[in-house]
Amino acid sequence: MDKNSNKYTFIYSILLVVIVATVLTFIAVGLGPRQEKNVELEKKANILKTINISSTTKDVEDLYNKYIVESFVVNRNGENVNGIDAFTISLKEELRKEENEQNLPVYIAKLDDGSKKYIFTLNGKGLWGGIWGYISLDSDLNTVYGVNFDHASETPGLGAEISTAVFQVNFKGKKIFDENNNFVSIDVSKKVTEGNIHAVDAVSGGTITSNGVRDMLKNCLNAYLGYIKKVKN
Amino acid sequence: MSKKNLKLITNPINKDNPITVQVLGICSALAVTVKLEPAVVMALSVTFVTAMSNVVLSLLRNTIPKRIRIIVQLVVVAALVIIVDQILKAFAYDISKQLSVFVGLIITNCIIMGRIEAFALSNKPIPSFLDGIGNGLGYGIILIIVGFSRELLGSGTIWGFQVIPDSFYEAGYSNNGLMILPPMALIVVGIIIWIQRSKNRELIED
Repeated sequence: MDKNSNKYTFIYSILLVVIVATVLTFIAVGLGPRQEKNVELEKKANILKTINISSTTKDVEDLYNKYIVESFVVNRNGENVNGIDAFTISLKEELRKEENEQNLPVYIAKLDDGSKKYIFTLNGKGLWGGIWGYISLDSDLNTVYGVNFDHASETPGLGAEISTAVFQVNFKGKKIFDENNNFVSIDVSKKVTEGNIHAVDAVSGGTITSNGVRDMLKNCLNAYLGYIKKVKN
Repeated sequence: MSKKNLKLITNPINKDNPITVQVLGICSALAVTVKLEPAVVMALSVTFVTAMSNVVLSLLRNTIPKRIRIIVQLVVVAALVIIVDQILKAFAYDISKQLSVFVGLIITNCIIMGRIEAFALSNKPIPSFLDGIGNGLGYGIILIIVGFSRELLGSGTIWGFQVIPDSFYEAGYSNNGLMILPPMALIVVGIIIWIQRSKNRELIED
């Protein structure tokens, strides 16, 4: 057959693509479970980071089982929703739904000193793509114990700084309610006066990402407000 | 192994090195060499892709229609890169996150397309395989040298383990932050080129 004919070229390319696609499908399906496991372990490691426990791929499972004593799902009114595993919920999908249909995951951790921490999931938008994270609150459900943020594609050195410990450590000890018990969330802004317990310094050069973190905290904590108020009373 | 075949492996490591002599694949060499571990994984990934793409295309070389030659090459290379990416995601998740887009960008690494065009399409599979291994190693050895010196001077560690004793830091030594930034990779590559050319005068152009 003439190698330069149209027919040969078409048959050749169709065969090539089918063979390559088949091989890749087998590999993707075969390795899928292991990859999902890795993503799951990373999620557990991120949850543990908000309560200041660092873990490696080897011990993350054990540490998670040790410290995270309870996980469940609530709706916006703070009522428990049964039959759903908190760990499998994607907050991004939930926030797209109608408010009364949203399912929100809650994790409860018990530290070595016996103190109880509430961990909530966060999801929002940065400059280039999604940002997400976790926030842990002390048992008064007001004081921040720790946060963990991550991002899909923020600019390295600027917006991407939100995923560093240097930025995240600022959140510790901040309060999400003011003296009159009104929800104020935590601001992330340029002008933060010394001793302000409701705001942290924004990332310089990362204003839009910082605003994204601020909005994410406000939206997501607001969604949990029903639950927070219910537990507080 | 015959002398001719051995040369296919040793030449790219030294006097035909893809990075220092042919100046190909510089971009990834700058990006993934902050630490030794990702540099080694990247070197292995590129070696795998160059060797396998050379073999596959050498086997196909007499069947490929001329008009879609480059497309066929790209499909094969892209498929191999996806395989590497999937394997890293399954078995070395942390490193795959550090390498991020650079694994995908192996597709555009000039070394791979260069070796396919220059060698695999006109040679038998076994020499092509050796040529791919040689070029991958030639690329890898530079990555490892650069990664080693950048991690040692920039972070004071090797493979994540601290090698510079605490007493040095107490005496006033501090890590060189500039080593962590990409420009220093370029300078380190420049120094390697300088040393190599001063030893091997054939490489010096007029």
